[in-house]
Order: sequence, then structure tokens, then C-alpha cells
Amino acid sequence: MVSPMNNKPIIEIKNLRKSFGDNHVLEGFNMALYEGENLVIMGKSGSGKSVMIKCLIGLEEPDSGTITVMGKNINQLEHWELDELRTEIGFLFQGSALYDSMSVRENLEFPLRRHTKKFGIIEDTTPLVMEALENVGLEHAIDLMPSELSGGMKRRIALARTLILQPKIILYDEPTTGLDPITSKEIILLMMSIQKKYNTSSIIITHDVDCARVIANRMILLIDNINYAEGTFEKLSASEDPKIKAFFK
Amino acid sequence: MDNNSKVAESFKNFLIEIGELSYFTSRFFKELFNPPFELKEFLRQCYNMGNRSLLLVCVTGFIIGLVFTLQSRPTLEEFGAVSWMPSMVSISIIREIGPIITALICAGRIGSGIGAELGSMRVTEQIDAMEVSGTNPFKYLVVTRILATTMMLPILVFFGDAIAIFGSAMVENMKGNVSYLLYFNQVFDSLQFSDLIPTTFKTFFFGFAIGLVGCYKGYNCKKGTAGVGLAANSAVVYTSMLLFVIDFIAVFVTNIFYG
Ligand SMILES: Nc1ncnc2c1ncn2[C@@H]1O[C@H](COP(=O)(O)OP(=O)(O)OP(=O)(O)O)[C@@H](O)[C@H]1O
Ligand SMILES: [Mg+2]
Repeated sequence: MVSPMNNKPIIEIKNLRKSFGDNHVLEGFNMALYEGENLVIMGKSGSGKSVMIKCLIGLEEPDSGTITVMGKNINQLEHWELDELRTEIGFLFQGSALYDSMSVRENLEFPLRRHTKKFGIIEDTTPLVMEALENVGLEHAIDLMPSELSGGMKRRIALARTLILQPKIILYDEPTTGLDPITSKEIILLMMSIQKKYNTSSIIITHDVDCARVIANRMILLIDNINYAEGTFEKLSASEDPKIKAFFK
Repeated sequence: MDNNSKVAESFKNFLIEIGELSYFTSRFFKELFNPPFELKEFLRQCYNMGNRSLLLVCVTGFIIGLVFTLQSRPTLEEFGAVSWMPSMVSISIIREIGPIITALICAGRIGSGIGAELGSMRVTEQIDAMEVSGTNPFKYLVVTRILATTMMLPILVFFGDAIAIFGSAMVENMKGNVSYLLYFNQVFDSLQFSDLIPTTFKTFFFGFAIGLVGCYKGYNCKKGTAGVGLAANSAVVYTSMLLFVIDFIAVFVTNIFYG
């Protein structure tokens, strides 16, 4: 891993605030992601992790604060610039978010229709689709519908869909939640092999301590609407602060 | 909360809803003319809607024509005016009954389907996923569907009307020994161009209303599976109300021009 200190961050969030009415979800959240790093973000359910990551990719608009991705302030971008930036960012949604009226193949082809800048206009998408499916070990599922897949398979197809544009950054929103421990482990191994193969930088949101232990280079705990604590897994799990300790029981 | 403030509250919500719907409509027209155009998805939607509703519309139309003729026959007989049957049936079906019944059926069939489909796509974050993958979900999902309902409803109404008049002709053929040829001759004699133009216009608006409200309710669906049910349900309720309002306005306007 690259040491964080002597490197410029590719994602930087400064003083992010976001409320829904009286519900103040984020009140000054800061973080930075460095190249080649796996950053794990932990926090209780409802603490605003998904909101934070949606602000990061421009799905939610922050009330205040700056978000810089690869040197660009995403809240000042034109729509087409944002779209272009998004080709470099993969997003694995918490619930997989496969298009359930489309087959697995069409799901994977979908990001290729508009994000043509990166690869040009593709006549035959089959090789790209197959490569993405091979990465997640589900080549045989190409003609199935999402309703015919199990939860774990859906998660893997969703991962394949985020990989198809070969993004530099991948955002995982709870990649292992709702899966059995064995499938979780498979997904984690998959994430690690992808990281190695494409040298991506990742933000991983999770509740899963085992997942964090294996994958995290660095961790941020989102408690009380801010980045409450930060450090390696070893450092945080040894902490005496009761709020931090609660996560590692 | 006392009753007065409850009424005020619901009136306020109603106004907010109208405002949001207007904004949604203006966004539709704005995005309609912006490339890229999702032609393939539009055609797919047209095909789906026609395919799903045609049989239902035809069966209902047939029964309406049949029952309408059977019910009005005794009264007309009493006045010795059975020969007026073809013109009465065709005018009332083409001007009013055909469009409104077909539109109501499509509100139930297509409108609720759109509400539920877009609602569940919203809830399961599929719409967000589209946005992230560089496709404008409003264009891809909403614009194509509203256009498709606007185009398809007049076609469905045409089929519904034709089959309803055929149903009526069948009754006359059996009960009154009127030949089909004679019946249809009389139908075409009594119809004028001024009957067809306003009613066709009206059906475009009906189709637009069905697509618009279904998409609006689905696209702005609240989180949770209960939200999806509510979106589908309120799509039908609001569309039906809106259809009658449009119908009322259409009659009004028609009277100004032709009255
Ligand atoms: N679109 C929205 N409108 C209103 N409130 C919202 C919206 N999205 C999220 N919230 C609120 O923001 C808070 C944080 O939600 P968020 O989904 O980020 O939690 P989370 O940390 O991801 O939790 P989980 O681990 O359960 O996924 C919640 O209280 C939620 O009610
Ligand atoms: Mg979440």
C-alpha cells in the first residue's frame, strides 16, 4: 500500500453537512481517500453513511461543504462533466439495484450505452460483458433475469456491472450485509482480487467487523454525525473509548 | 388539531401537489426536446402498452356496445325510433363513452403499472443506479412512457370504438334484422368530421394525463414497499379524477367552437 501521507488524495470531503428537515444527518464530516487505498467507513444504522456516499457521487446535494473527486469539485460541475467523472467511479448499491426488467447481459450493457467517451462506441459488447462476468465467476448467468438470482449472485452481478467501465475508484455500500458468512467471505475475496487486478481505490461502508479486519488499510468511524475516529483497524479496536469499543465487540 | 386547521392542512398539501405536478410537467417538456432521444425504449413502451391493453379494451368495448344497444332498444321502440339506433350509438360512443371508458381502463391497467414499476425502481435505487451510469433516468423512464401513453391511447380508443359499434350492430342484426352493411352505412352517414376532431384531441390529452400522473407518482415514490402500493393506487385515483376534469373542459371547449 502507498503511504497516505506523501500522496495527494483522490477524494476529499471537507466539512460536509446535510439535513433532511430537522434530521441533521451529517454535521461537518471530513475524510480523504488516497490512491490504491481501501478505506472502511463504519457507523451505526441510520448514521448517514449512505447519505455521505450519495453526496460523494452527486446523487444527493450537500447543504454545505466541499467534495473534491480527482481534483474536481463535484458540486460545481456541469451535468456532462459529472457524467464523465462518474465513469471513473463505480458504485455498488446497498441493495444491488439491478434493473429487474432487464436480463443480466442487458444490465451489464446499460452503463456502456452512454458512457461512450471511455471506450468509444462499442459494436460488440460481448467481450466486455464476459470479462466482467468472469471477474465475478458468473459467466453462466448471462441470460438470467435478476429475479432468478440469489442475493449473493445479485451482489456479484451488481459488482460486475460497476466493474464494466473499469473505474479507478469503487464505492461499496455495505457489500456483505444480508449475506451468509461464507458468501460474505467470497465477496470480500472478490473485492480484494479486483483491487489487485485493476489497482482501484475503494471506500467500503460496512457493519461487518470481519470484513473490516481483512480489507481495511485505514478506517473512519462515523459517530455523532461526524468523523469521530480514524486510524488502522488495530489502533481503533484497541481503543478505550466506549463509543468506539461498541463496534468491535 | 381542530377541524379548521386540518382542512387548511390538506388544502395546503393539495396545492403543493399541484405545484409539484406542474414542475414535473414543465420538466417533461424541457427534456422532451433535448437529445439524446431514447427511441428504442419509446417503441418498446408503445408495444408493451398496446399489447397489454388491447384485448381488455376490445372486450370492454364490445360489451358496452352490446349492452348499450340492448338497454336503449325498448325506449326507442316505444317512440318508433329504432331506426335512429345507429346514429345514436355511434355518436355517443365516439364522442363520449368510448374515450372515457377506454381511458379509465387504461388508467387502471397502464397508469397503475407505471406507478408501481417506477415506484419500485425508485425504492430499490434502480433510478439512482441509472443516473450514476450516465443515463438520464427522467428521459429514459419518464419521457418515453408519457409519450407512449399519449400516442397509444388514441389508437386504443379507435379499436375500442370500432368494436363497440360492431357489438351494437350485432344486436341490431339479431333483434331487428338490420344488415351489417345497412347499419354501418347509417353510422357513417350520421358521423361528421366535427365529431371526430375534438374527440381525437381529447384522447391525446387523456393519454398524456395517464402517463404523466403514473410517472409523477412512481418517480416521486416514498421509500418502502408501502410507498410502491400507494404510488400505484394514487396514480389510478388521481388519473381518474383528472380524466373527468379534462373531459369536462373538452366538452366546454367543443361547445364554444361547434355549439
Ligand atoms: N431521501 C431522504 N429523505 C429524508 N431522509 C433521509 C433520506 N435519505 C436518508 N434519510 C435519513 O438520513 C439518515 C441516514 O440514512 P442513511 O441511509 O445514510 O443511513 P445508513 O448509515 O446508510 O444506515 P444503514 O446502515 O442502515 O444503511 C436516516 O435517518 C434517514 O432517515
Ligand atoms: Mg446505508
